Formats: sequence, C-alpha cells, structure tokens
Amino acid sequence: MGMTVAEKILARASGMAEVSPGMVVEPAVDIAMSHENSALIMNQFFEIFEGTGLEPTVWDPSRVAIIFDHRVPAETSKTATNQKKIREFVAKQGITKFHDVRGDEGGICHQIMAESGYVHPGMVVAGADSHTSSHGCMGAMAIGVGATDMAGVWALGRMVNVEVPPTIKVVADGEFKPGVGPKDLILYLIGMISAEGANFRVIEFHGRAIRHMSISGRFVLCNMSVEAGATCGIVPADEETFRYLREEACAPGPFTAVLPDPDAVYEKTLEIDVSRLDPQVARPHAVDNVVPVGEVAGTRIDQVVIGSCTNGRLDDLEIAASIVKGHKLPAHTRMLVFPASWRIWSEAQKRGYLSDLADAGAVIMNPGCGCCLGVHQGALGDGEVALATTNRNFKGRMGNPNASVYLASPLTTAVSALRGEITDPRKGA
Amino acid sequence: MAGAETHKVVLRLGDDVSTDAIYPGRFMATVLPTETPQYCFADLDFNKKLKDGAIAPGGVVVADRNFGTGSSREQAASCLKGWDLIIVANNYSRIFLQNAVNLGLRLVIVPGIEAAEGDELEFKDGEVVNATTGTSYAAEPLPPARQAIVDAGGLIPYMRKRVVEERAR
Repeated sequence: MGMTVAEKILARASGMAEVSPGMVVEPAVDIAMSHENSALIMNQFFEIFEGTGLEPTVWDPSRVAIIFDHRVPAETSKTATNQKKIREFVAKQGITKFHDVRGDEGGICHQIMAESGYVHPGMVVAGADSHTSSHGCMGAMAIGVGATDMAGVWALGRMVNVEVPPTIKVVADGEFKPGVGPKDLILYLIGMISAEGANFRVIEFHGRAIRHMSISGRFVLCNMSVEAGATCGIVPADEETFRYLREEACAPGPFTAVLPDPDAVYEKTLEIDVSRLDPQVARPHAVDNVVPVGEVAGTRIDQVVIGSCTNGRLDDLEIAASIVKGHKLPAHTRMLVFPASWRIWSEAQKRGYLSDLADAGAVIMNPGCGCCLGVHQGALGDGEVALATTNRNFKGRMGNPNASVYLASPLTTAVSALRGEITDPRKGA
Repeated sequence: MAGAETHKVVLRLGDDVSTDAIYPGRFMATVLPTETPQYCFADLDFNKKLKDGAIAPGGVVVADRNFGTGSSREQAASCLKGWDLIIVANNYSRIFLQNAVNLGLRLVIVPGIEAAEGDELEFKDGEVVNATTGTSYAAEPLPPARQAIVDAGGLIPYMRKRVVEERAR
C-alpha cells in the first residue's frame, strides 16, 4: 500500500518496510532539539538513570541541539542559573550543536535549526517545543514533545511509543492576490479545520501555491500547523528545499527528497484556491478564531509585534521595513521587532531594514521568543490590544490575561501599525 | 482506572483550554514538578482555592474538547498532578496527553460528558457516572501506545527499564 511522506520517514527510521496509521513504532531520531527547558529535561534525564549504576550520557552528542531563545539574555537569576547548569551539561556531554546567548550564532531555535542546515529532507526531528512542527518545511518529520519524552530521546536516541499518525493532504492551488501570502493561508486553514482539526494527524502540503513558495513561507505553514493540533506539517522537499540548504544553510549534500507514493492513503484531502483568499486575522483568544481582515478593521492597536519563529525572517522584515520607511508610527502605537536569528538581524541591518524600522519609531529587539509567550519583555498592559505576526493569541499569551492579541501577516501588521488600527493592507498605508 | 471511586467536580471549563490557561507562560522559568503547582490555573480564582486548601486531593476538572491545546510545556501537566487533580475531557491535545501520561497525571477521555461544579463523578472501568445527575458516560481507552507507559507507572520508570536493557547489550 502506498505511503505518505510521514509514513515513509517513520518506516525508514523504525527499520520497517511499511507502516500505516495507528501502528506503534520507535523511530530513530536524527536530531533532538531543546531550549531553556533543557533544565527540566536534564532533571528528568538524570532521574531515568537513577539507581541504574549507568553513566547518564546522551546517546549521541552530535545529534543533540540546544539553543537558548526563550529568555535571552536571562531576565532573572533563576533563568541565569538554569542557563549556567545547561552550559555545564553541554560541556560535560560534548554537545556540539549548542547556541548560547551570542550575537553571531544565536537566535530562535526553529530558525537556527533551519539556517544551520541541521534539518534535512527525510529526517526525524524530535523537539521539546510545540513549534517543532516547523521543520516539516524541509521535508522532514518533526515532532514536538514534552521534557520527559525528550529525556527519553536523549537516553535512547529513539522516540518510543509513537503512533503513526494519519495524514491530511492540503492542496493549495492558484496564485495569491497582492497583499495575501503564506500567513493568510495558514490562518485560513486553521480557521477552517479548527484548533483540533489536525490533532494526532500530519498535514502534508501540496499544490502550485506551495511549489512557488520559498522555504520562509513554507516555514510559516508548518510552524502554525500545530495550531490545528498537527503532529507535523510537511512540505515534501523539492528544488527550493535543496536551494535553501545549499545557498542559505550552506549544508553539504547530497540530499534526497522523500515524496509520497502516488497511491498514498490520506485521511482526507482539502483543496484551497489561494487566489480567493483575503488577508486573514485571528481574533482573541484562539488561533482558530479567524476572519478576513475587513471584519476587524478599525480595531485600535497599542502594540505591534513583528518577528518570532513564525514571521521574523528576512523577507518578513523587508516587508515591514518597506511599509514604514519614511513614515512615523502614531503616538499610541508602539512597535517591537524580533528578528528570528542574529544572522537575520545582521543581514537586515546591512540592508538598512532595521534603521528604516527604528527611524519610524520601532524598537529593534534581540532575537528571541520571550515576547510571544509573555516571559521576557514586550508584555501588554491591562486592556491593551496587540497585533502580532506571532503564532498564538491565547488569553495571557503576551504576559497579561487582561489584554488581547490579534494575529496577522507581516504586511497586514506593518500597514496596521502605521494607521494605529487594524487595516486591510490592500487599502494601503 | 481500576475499581469504582467517587470524586467531586471542582472546576468546570469549556473547549480549547490552553496550556497558557493551565500554566501561564510568565511562570515558565519555574520547571520543577515540586514548584509548578503554585501557578496552576494562575489567572483563575481556582488558584487561590487550591492554595487556601479549599480543594481536596482527587478533585475533578471537567472540560469539553481539546484540553491542553498549545505549548509542549510539561509544567501544565505537572502543576495539575501536584494538586492530585483528575482531568475529565471529551478529548485532549496530543502533546498535553503525552505529557500527562508520562508524568502520571490521571486523565480520562469521556466524550459528551456533562457535569457541573459540585457534581459527584463515579469512576468505573470504561465508564464515568455522574452520580448527581444519574447519567452514565462511556470512557474511551487511552491510545494503546500510552497505556504501556501508564502500566509502567510513568515514562521515567518505563525508560529506566528500557535504558538498562538496551545499554546492557
């Protein structure tokens, strides 16, 4: 029987000729990623070895990636102490893929994994972060897990007790209208299938709109697939994947795409004509509370956030900079910009995007996740409203349960920032 | 869950209870299961009730669909477990379900459950009875891959056994 991309990858990694949904497998992990929550993973990892008389060593230090991004630089002595313990662990274990608080090689874990060339088509990626689904943009199977599951991966090098998920095929055809792009597509899809529409399932993306999309755009789709509950979003690898790996991630090849069999069995197929899409906005306090931008136009905004793992790449910053260049943000709207990595920060600076943004009144932050999840700078005041390019808008998400977060594309967000209210980007700044 | 036990519903929630609601992000620098319970449902009055000792161990949180949606933060499972709460929901978000099973948090999948705060629920094999309303609901088994971890007493003992076996080879 034909297999989907996820099934093929899980079969290969589990040493089986064929798998089908519902089978329980133990795939070998090609790379295991975590961030500051490594402090908890270490705790659970040492507990696994307790009383065994065995030395607690990770199965393969070259396959463990630890990237500080959630609270950088440390905001409290507690975080600083946790980061210190993790550094000591990294040194002792000989972990090589370690990205500390540094302006040359640091950044948000998912972006670092992609731009460092750590993720290749066909890999099994385990990540102690729900947005690990992002790495499906490289044609990999990337599964987000909790800390104890990750401790098990560190110990065994395999994920245990994985049920092969059924796959939903999404076919996105047509061409985006001006002002509409990947973020609008994924918001629309999440609104269509709901926050649990892909729970315990994989979303495999196909269609002409996907083939014409850069890795940056595919990243957005896979990043937010988890907002529909998906175990992973996958874009089968193609020439664009190889181009990215070669030119941007400088990864030594060769790479092989894992493609679905022609007779692969999908749980269902959803067809979307992207040319019919308007810019989309997710309203508070759920990511599936999605409407065309017109329905919320005029909503006054106190804070705008451009960046995060979802939309903090060079193309996103370029869009934002091109919109605000030569203008000034209104007095009541502040803008925070979080590039997804220092490499992006640096390139955006060279190209003048950061000065364009700063001259308009934006504050350029250091790469990190802290604002999006409300743990490190950029918190909202009581009753305040934010419009963000990030991926979640749950109550309390940006640090305050008495505030509201709307989600949109970088274009919609930047255009809205200049008006100080949610604005249809096609009606212009 | 073996045998019949009766527990009171102490909190009734709806659909899509996010991990940010269960354990707000701003407390994520706290990671240890011994420390996370203080921030359980930190933005609800329920947190104060827990801290005041007004909620007895074994209290049941009842929710509708997609409980635990969002982040992979294990604090969301460990903080609930720290108060010995039992979760009853129509279904769960994948990562939360795995974390809960890994840490030994008691949860039951009960499609269509109807229960209000103060109701008494009777837990039987394959069934939850709302003793207050007299209605019985079928409980769904956990995915088979998860049951093995429950049977081992959680992921840590399960993995300890696996590691000893595999490293001995």
